Amino acid sequence: MKRSGRNSTPSMQLSLRVNGEAREWTIAPGDLLLDVLRREGYYGVKRGCETGECGACTILLDGKPVNSCMIFAAQAEDREITTVEGVAHGDQLHPVQQSLVDHGGVQCGFCTPGIVLSSKAYLEEHPNASEDEIRTALSGHLCRCTGYSKPVEAVLAAEHAATRKPSHAAHSHDIVGHNEPKVDAVKFVTGRPAFTDDIHIPGMLYGKILPSPHAHARIRSIDVSKARALPGVHAVLTYKDVPRVPHTTAGQAWPEPSPYDTYLLDSKVRFVGDRVAAVAAESREIAEEALRRIQVEYEVLPPVLDMEHASDPGVPVIHDEKDSTGIHDARHNVASVIHKQIGDVEQGFRDSDLIFENEYRTPRQHHCSLEPHITITWLDEDKRLVIRTSTQIPFHVRRQVGMILQIPVQRIHVIKPRIGGGFGGKQEMLLEDICGALTLATNRPVKMEYTRHEEFFMARSRHAQVLRVKMGFRKDGTILANHMSVLASTGAYGSHSSTVQGNTGSKVLPLYRAPHLKFDCDIVYTNTPVSGAFRGYGCPQGFFAQESLIDEVAEKLRLDPIELRLKNLIRQGDTDELSAQLGEGRKGLPRLIRSCGMDECLARGAAAIGWKQKRSARRDKKSPFQHGIGVACSMQGSSIAGIDWGSATVTLNEDGSYRVHTGCADVGAGADTVLSQIAAETLGVTLDKITLLSGDTDYTPFDVGAYASSTTIISGGAVKKAAEKARASFLEVAAPLMKVPVEKLTCRNNLVIDLDDERHTMPIAEVARHATYKAKVQIIESASHFITDSPPPFCATFAEVEVDTETGKVRVLHLVNAVDCGVALNPNLAEGQVEGAAAQGIGYALHENMQLDENGRMLNANFLDYKILSSKDMPKLTTILVPTEEPLGPYGAKSIGEIAINNPGPAIANAIYHAIGIRFRQLPIRSEDVLRAIHERESAAQPNFAEVSKSL
Amino acid sequence: MAPIVLLVNGTERRVEAASDESLLSVLRDRLQMTGTKYGCGEGQCGACTVLIDGRPVRSCLTLASQVAGRKITTIEGLEHDGKLHPVQEAFLHEEAFQCGYCTSGMIMSTVGFLASTPKPTEDEIKRHMDGNICRCGTYPRIVQAVARAAEMARKE
Repeated sequence: MKRSGRNSTPSMQLSLRVNGEAREWTIAPGDLLLDVLRREGYYGVKRGCETGECGACTILLDGKPVNSCMIFAAQAEDREITTVEGVAHGDQLHPVQQSLVDHGGVQCGFCTPGIVLSSKAYLEEHPNASEDEIRTALSGHLCRCTGYSKPVEAVLAAEHAATRKPSHAAHSHDIVGHNEPKVDAVKFVTGRPAFTDDIHIPGMLYGKILPSPHAHARIRSIDVSKARALPGVHAVLTYKDVPRVPHTTAGQAWPEPSPYDTYLLDSKVRFVGDRVAAVAAESREIAEEALRRIQVEYEVLPPVLDMEHASDPGVPVIHDEKDSTGIHDARHNVASVIHKQIGDVEQGFRDSDLIFENEYRTPRQHHCSLEPHITITWLDEDKRLVIRTSTQIPFHVRRQVGMILQIPVQRIHVIKPRIGGGFGGKQEMLLEDICGALTLATNRPVKMEYTRHEEFFMARSRHAQVLRVKMGFRKDGTILANHMSVLASTGAYGSHSSTVQGNTGSKVLPLYRAPHLKFDCDIVYTNTPVSGAFRGYGCPQGFFAQESLIDEVAEKLRLDPIELRLKNLIRQGDTDELSAQLGEGRKGLPRLIRSCGMDECLARGAAAIGWKQKRSARRDKKSPFQHGIGVACSMQGSSIAGIDWGSATVTLNEDGSYRVHTGCADVGAGADTVLSQIAAETLGVTLDKITLLSGDTDYTPFDVGAYASSTTIISGGAVKKAAEKARASFLEVAAPLMKVPVEKLTCRNNLVIDLDDERHTMPIAEVARHATYKAKVQIIESASHFITDSPPPFCATFAEVEVDTETGKVRVLHLVNAVDCGVALNPNLAEGQVEGAAAQGIGYALHENMQLDENGRMLNANFLDYKILSSKDMPKLTTILVPTEEPLGPYGAKSIGEIAINNPGPAIANAIYHAIGIRFRQLPIRSEDVLRAIHERESAAQPNFAEVSKSL
Repeated sequence: MAPIVLLVNGTERRVEAASDESLLSVLRDRLQMTGTKYGCGEGQCGACTVLIDGRPVRSCLTLASQVAGRKITTIEGLEHDGKLHPVQEAFLHEEAFQCGYCTSGMIMSTVGFLASTPKPTEDEIKRHMDGNICRCGTYPRIVQAVARAAEMARKE
């Protein structure tokens, strides 16, 4: 938001009390309370939107929750403020805080301080609040990670002083498989400074980008002299001042499969929000004023906004520059194409008794992580470029920035602090290069962040697609051929273009056995915000189409939708050959299904939703409220086979604790916790003996980063290997001390145990002290890990909806997710992943859509107009973890981070059809769409099903 | 607390400082210029040496208010456009440091000294540098570095 005209000269004294202590601050009349509190070091007060929509900046003002971004600091004169830092008494957490830790109510932790304060205030006034009342009380707090189930459960438990949630079932393991609290949860609930923005570096400048107002234009001239002359401005950069290096912002392993079509700054702009110039100034206000003083003369070009006409003859060429590489056909705005086939689908259709075909459309969805992108760069005392940044990919950022700014990787240090949600949006090098360039230009620390408004269109989003699915069946419902043709828009740049869309084929089509599979895809450039990686990575689009069509076919064949799926689903022992065709921009590897719990997912999910009764329930046709239930199935992967890899180092401390260094990047989902559990289990120590250090390119070994559902299987696999080696080295030291052969020893519960006589033990700490000061040996082991397969988790989702036929409103009443993620190493955290993905998936199904006007400008770039679900909007969620044992995963684990976002779209669409008999083939299914369709049906017969009979 | 204006390395810096606050404390704690080091706080070690109007002084014994408006040079002000000062180059060449803590003061003393004594003898160097303590014991190299810096300055 612009802050022009606000009085920003510190000129008045403010007296108030903060967390019980009197404070006197010099402030400007226009200062927001949020800004003043953060400036004074209360970093627990978070900046999420600055428009009062997200609740992250909540404080208590005289005991009442308020958004500190919505009031001036001056209004707090003589008032009593409580921030999250003032809630705990020393190390004694408030019951709400303790409960959030114990119940897994925290994921990335960015919205947590606000939730703590609102819950505390509400429970003090309403000691016997119901779940519904708590949901209402928290509905002003947006959380993009948890789906609200666990936070609400935690607040309810705090109210009843309930004790910690017990572990799921009895386990053969001590630590993995148990509901250990997140290792980083306490710092989140107490608001300790843990995120990128929670530091102040002396002399830090504020960097800001001038965004393009045009969707497609050439910069004819740019005059920055007035901006440079403004006192307090230290640098203004345009394309004339920086190296021109074609690159991709996609955070992928080198060599990236995405085209190199992006420049640090360019003389052409390709979407509204594209970079025109960048400034660094003493303050945000001065930086914004400097942007206003930059004079740009644009040659406005006609924009290409409609992906279905992006390759038409005579359409303007978006990438007409000569130096970009890896673009399939720049002249026709085609970033990439995919044509892959197993068998011969045409033969398959000839052999089929019935052929069904339909077209589906999916929208652009935005990640909406509560912490917008933010980067701080500075030169350290050796003049190395330090990049403290909110990223999922520290090591890729290091390589990319090195390439773009033309400095050796060795001269760059990337630090990943705690991250306020990623969901794929931070698998992207977005601010790091330009922020680094400003630091190099000024020799000063520079901070750059997107406002919430900018975040929506200047960051990344899910690819919009048009999908055509054609399936051939035998009369009994066996699928013979499955052909999916996709058109996708990658926006102005080709980040993740071929790989997201490749996934639409490789993860979706093989869910059903069929001898003939074909996937065709065109990915085109448009002058619209750039698409990129987003949880699900092409699968939500593909499964919406495929699972909708399967449902339509089941009705035609008069089969139960579950029965039709069971007839065709991939099974344990099958090999998915399509994945060998559709690799990461190159040839991939086949997937052998070594574990599959899909049948049980369907059976248990169906029981939980009451499938049999509700599918056949008689309905009251006169009621305006019609109920329906629907199902959808999906699978995902666990890492990119043969490409993703990670490493870990395990080091023994002299007190018997261990340090674990891993390059993996916890973005809030709980990687640090799960990896600590793996280390503790393997080393035979309790969880508190593990100090896990992650995501720092100077201090931790290489890891590709947190994406592609790879963390547990890849980084976890590396930790397990390194820990096994460290344990072996440790036992070599312990054996002579205990006078027991090494093969007769094991470690468990901080003890070395003689397997022949379990009463004969020695504390690990004692051996550690001996190793350090007597044997003089450092127990330290490293390991690298990758796998040449990508074991799929499986998920069956059931949705129950109520459609108000008078208003078109669709209410999801119950969403059941039954997921096979192998062995859940931390069931509580695993459930949290499913619940959070469900919330994003419901939004995708019903209302999330980035709307652009006829000039390519985003119309709804704020949390009021781009609605994400609040606690009050959530349906009842049931999450069932179906255990299987995956041989390739550490302790039997597969992935869980992405899969549950795939199904809400089709399951809800199928449920709506069941409720009112109208098929929606486009997401989101908004109330107005439903109402319009109901009206159209009333005035005419519903359009016929596009069925092609055998004779045609 | 009163506002004072300091001219540090050619830039006017407005700071709020107590009337009895040392220049060292203002530089380090209020201006975040941490190149100038605290060693003893009583003028005996030289780690806090800065130049006032070109002459070396102990910033721990200098009140900030005393030097308002005067030309203050700190270690951060020696480098120009990425090019080190000849004294810095000379210290690097002779590796005239171990831990590096006294180095800022050593260099500032040398810069001030050579300005008034461009052709020092070894004895003069030793006598002048006597106010700067180095516990790592790099004195022989420091003397060589000062001599080298003088020679470099003459050649330029």
